[in-house]
Amino acid sequence: MLREGNEVSCLDEDPESHARLEVGLDKGWEDLGGQFTVGAGLETDALVAAGIERADAFIASTDGDNTNIVIAQIAQRRYEVPTVIARILDPLRAEWYERQGMHTVCPTRVAIDMLEGAVREGLPRGAGPSDGSAEAA
Amino acid sequence: MYIIVVGAGKVGWNLARELLEKEHEVTVIESNRRRYLTVEQELEHNVSYGDASELWVLERAGIQRADMVIAVTGDDEDNMLICQVAREKYEVERIIARVNNPRNKPHFDLLGIKPSVSATDLILRLLEHEVPEYGLVHLLDLQEEQLEIIEMLLGKDSGVTGRRVGDLEMPEGSLLISVLRDGKGFVPGPDTVLEVGDEVLAVLDPGHEEQLKDMFGPSGGNGSGNGSG
Repeated sequence: MLREGNEVSCLDEDPESHARLEVGLDKGWEDLGGQFTVGAGLETDALVAAGIERADAFIASTDGDNTNIVIAQIAQRRYEVPTVIARILDPLRAEWYERQGMHTVCPTRVAIDMLEGAVREGLPRGAGPSDGSAEAA
Repeated sequence: MYIIVVGAGKVGWNLARELLEKEHEVTVIESNRRRYLTVEQELEHNVSYGDASELWVLERAGIQRADMVIAVTGDDEDNMLICQVAREKYEVERIIARVNNPRNKPHFDLLGIKPSVSATDLILRLLEHEVPEYGLVHLLDLQEEQLEIIEMLLGKDSGVTGRRVGDLEMPEGSLLISVLRDGKGFVPGPDTVLEVGDEVLAVLDPGHEEQLKDMFGPSGGNGSGNGSG
């Protein structure tokens, strides 16, 4: 998104993750216009330092579902960011929060669909069970 | 009443114990296997193993018919979301959440998780009560709170000792939420009789503090001649 000319700001608890951002880039993250803030997503000071108050979009994609759901709601309700997306691994909760009006992305759901599709593709025509039991294959 | 307690740490375990003693139906949900096995030795079928963040774990514990959900894990995000889901998805009438880090308190408020109870707040408020000029409480961002929680120590001259909780005419917008007696806390029922030395926690809409102080303080308690017996 940075390459497309967007202004991108990353917030992470681990200062080391900055290095990961620069993998494959020919210039430094900051030289390309990126921003990096060390801090926790639940700390409002850190969110503000990362520029949440003027963000057009906010993505909560830490490795914890609960953290993402909480931060996404903070971004939505407190900072009124126009576009907020939360990564939720748990398909049941992703579905429920989606129905509550949260924009969610569920990698588990996406993987299940892709795997299921791959299995179906591998099956000879007409051999695929119609009751969806392909997951058990 | 059917009560689900999430988290079998010191708070959750003792809370469950007291609630069971009061003959409530209780299920404690604990996600740490070792802790679960320890607690299970005493609470047996009243404790369930699993991560209460997952909807099926809550459903297996019977959240659809729960009257109250109390989330007292050591993780604030968990407590917030368990209560949010309990109230908004399963329409549980009463929720109580524990705040571990007082800096997260505004997040609980933002998500509408009320009441939320923080030990730090309780101590600061107690300090404020004991030493009224004590200013530290104002360092915390509490102005967005919709509720107050106060703690009162019942002295020998308190007007409510020896009386049933059910007989107290609590001011509207206030509720006794727990009694600490001999170092243990429990949720009082209508038949709980208050004793000298009890530490009583009440949750209230702002502004009723003085009324409650009068009532639980020296010779308060609706007066002695109101015939409530």
